[in-house]
Amino acid sequence: MNDDRLMEIDSHDILTDPNLSRREFLKTLGSGIIIFFCVGDASVLEAQRRGRGYPDDFNAYLRIGPDGRVACFTGKIEMGQGVITSLAQMLADEIDIGLDMVDIVMGDTSICPWDMGTFGSMSTRFFGPPLRVAGAEAKRVLLELAAEQLQAPQDRLVAENGVIFDKQQKDKRVTYGELANGKTIARRAAEKPPLKSPSEFKVMNKPFLRRDSVEKVTGKAKYAGDIRLPDMLYARILRPPAHGAKLTRVDTSGAELMEGVSVVRDGDFIALLHKSPDQAAEALSRINSEFDVPQAKVDDEAIFDYLQANAGRENIVAQGGDLRKGQEQADIVIEQRYLDGYKAHAAIETHTALAKVEGDRATVWISTQTPFPTRDQIANALGFRPDNVRVITPFVGGGFGGKSPGQQAVEAARLAKATGKPVQVAWTREDEFFYDTFRPAAVVKIKSGITKEGRAVLWDYIVYYAGERGAAQFYDIAHHRTVSIGGGFGGGPSPHPFATGAWRAPANNTNTFARESQIDIMAAKAKMDPIEFRLKNARDERLIRVLKAAAERFGWKSAVAPSGRGLGVACGTDSGTYVAQIAEVEVDKRTGRVKVKRIACAQDMGLVINPEGATIQMEGCITMGLGYTLTEDIHFRGGMIFDRNFDTYELPRFSSLPKIETFILDLKDEPAQGGGEPAIITVGAVVANAIHDATGARLLQLPMNPERVRKALAAIAALI
Amino acid sequence: MAETISFTLNDKDVSINTDGQRSLLWILRTELGLTGTKFGCGQAHCGACTVLVDNKAVRSCVYPVRNASGRQVHTIEGLSMNGDLHPLQKAFVAHDALQCGFCTPGMILTAYALLRENPQPTREEIIAGMDDNLCRCGAHTRIIDAIQSAAAEMKGGN
Repeated sequence: MNDDRLMEIDSHDILTDPNLSRREFLKTLGSGIIIFFCVGDASVLEAQRRGRGYPDDFNAYLRIGPDGRVACFTGKIEMGQGVITSLAQMLADEIDIGLDMVDIVMGDTSICPWDMGTFGSMSTRFFGPPLRVAGAEAKRVLLELAAEQLQAPQDRLVAENGVIFDKQQKDKRVTYGELANGKTIARRAAEKPPLKSPSEFKVMNKPFLRRDSVEKVTGKAKYAGDIRLPDMLYARILRPPAHGAKLTRVDTSGAELMEGVSVVRDGDFIALLHKSPDQAAEALSRINSEFDVPQAKVDDEAIFDYLQANAGRENIVAQGGDLRKGQEQADIVIEQRYLDGYKAHAAIETHTALAKVEGDRATVWISTQTPFPTRDQIANALGFRPDNVRVITPFVGGGFGGKSPGQQAVEAARLAKATGKPVQVAWTREDEFFYDTFRPAAVVKIKSGITKEGRAVLWDYIVYYAGERGAAQFYDIAHHRTVSIGGGFGGGPSPHPFATGAWRAPANNTNTFARESQIDIMAAKAKMDPIEFRLKNARDERLIRVLKAAAERFGWKSAVAPSGRGLGVACGTDSGTYVAQIAEVEVDKRTGRVKVKRIACAQDMGLVINPEGATIQMEGCITMGLGYTLTEDIHFRGGMIFDRNFDTYELPRFSSLPKIETFILDLKDEPAQGGGEPAIITVGAVVANAIHDATGARLLQLPMNPERVRKALAAIAALI
Repeated sequence: MAETISFTLNDKDVSINTDGQRSLLWILRTELGLTGTKFGCGQAHCGACTVLVDNKAVRSCVYPVRNASGRQVHTIEGLSMNGDLHPLQKAFVAHDALQCGFCTPGMILTAYALLRENPQPTREEIIAGMDDNLCRCGAHTRIIDAIQSAAAEMKGGN
């Protein structure tokens, strides 16, 4: 055996680790074969060091226990996107064990290593490769142990479905559980053991159903709001009518008369608590309060000029050539301004947390995408050490970027500390629409030029406040510049009247809508078919491949828009993945209603771990994308939000659905890319382009609701 | 005003002494400990809180518990009998007709009531019957497929 890589844990050298020693850490795990590994680069470990609480040379590990089960511990979380299945598939294949023997333990800060959070379609892309290496390392340990136990050379041993046997003498066999039993072996997956090649995959790249669905169809799956503790109280919190409003007067006496109600007041933070949530809500309704609401500076109509007027520093995202030359070479120059309003995340589960505080320790169950950063937020609010706060993440009822901030968890923790009882804070839908970190409203200005022959030669692109993801164009345009002003969210002063944040494929929905609409206008001006125009001006092989795949799947026939057919195309990249979509729409010219009849989507995402899961994500992206494209818009005046429930904020419904056709390119030998977000980015543009093809009207603002469609139709009618 | 309200819940008798105006949702989730029924919007817009009262789908967030008196209430916890999943539950699993799962109990119970009224619905009838249940993850097409295949398996029975 290779002793320098394999260490028995009763040696003493491991005590040199700072903070919690690896030995102490291993004690908490019990016996078994443990493989530590590290996801990401040094900056991830640096952030982890600041978070403290763990040995700091790894941020994920897996364990093979005496029962033969493999468990992977990660700070990532499952919110519907399916990593609970795809991560397990990778391990099952590398370790040669059945998928049902793999457990993915997620989002518990006391047993999972530090992780920054689950967002950006990163779990498969960045967690997957080191996870596979760790799995392969685990198998190498198992083979070494088996060689010793079976007294057979390793090259004669075969691992299959949790058992290792001698291929010359098949009754000489030992199970993984037997090998792990009574031992505590820890190894760090530092080197790169050989990974399975695609031809050896038995589990990866094969479609598997979700692993959590039986719990979810029976009502057994526990979300944060489903956790029950003895003596727990439910809180309802007094909310201001508008962002920036100040409480001037409050009278809680009416609420205090109710039986079983307690009131917690800490400055402007006023909460009513009761052992039933509806009674707490009733108590809240008996409070008399007055707020001073500041004068509104802007509303959902004026916001776009306001954003441009308050533009900050320019950040050059990409540039090449010389814009002046591009202008000279262009025979036709097109200038447009695209607008996109605020969008809500609107997960069906509202932000929820249950907190229990005992002495200087807290345990908090939270619907969150970021267990560790939220743990630190809670610790900070309570004045506790982060290691004394345990965050547990049960199933999360949808996130989409909206469940990264942990305000509700801080509220629950403060109330638990104040009352000495476990307290649940579950936001009402109205709270949710008020405190949501909306996808930012944004403006994109584009000036682009083409030659008579249909060559794109000029591209001058400025995006205000969406952010730069997906902003840089990927066509072959000699003279180009992409500028981003205002980061969209996070850090620094913001002109937005309320919080904004990451919303599924942040910035890219807005940027792709603008870019692909503009490209379509250029194609029409060049009197070229929109796919031919894109191909003529493309050099990126992956882009060309995915566009051709979509065209072939759809059965695209060349035509110059507006052809009257109602067909549109759009493409884009996100999270390392390339996506191309073709849509067919029908426009009711009288009402302005748009019916999307069919969307075909081709995707190049490298190696697909779970084709079933990836397909579901594409379908989900397309469906969700129809909302921001056609109906979803936050109406507001100043800090006052008018859309506070689903009656006015319209999500896509069953009746909104087109026929969805998905096609994933078979690219097993290429690295796995992100799958949770890419297919949503193109939906705005593909529908806008199809509306133009159907009617000749060009929609420049999202959502393309009936009123805006009617207006655009009237504008072209006036020209004729 | 507190009153005693009795009904059957998943085929067992229950009796509760409470204000009859309170919504069935919170009685189920807190006093009766059945958390499979979800809160989504509180105004009957989303359908996450759907339960069956005398086999009809109702939005429990706006349904006064008093109205359940003497009736049969079924929640998602009562749908699988003796450990066997109901055909709708099986079909949701087989079609991967869910992602985060939060709307799923309401979807399944709405579909259950729909199939009792119309055991062999067309695709259009399923869309019309399910249209007021919201799903944010976008599992819609699979939910329709699951309901169709469950209907075929149930062949009019349930």
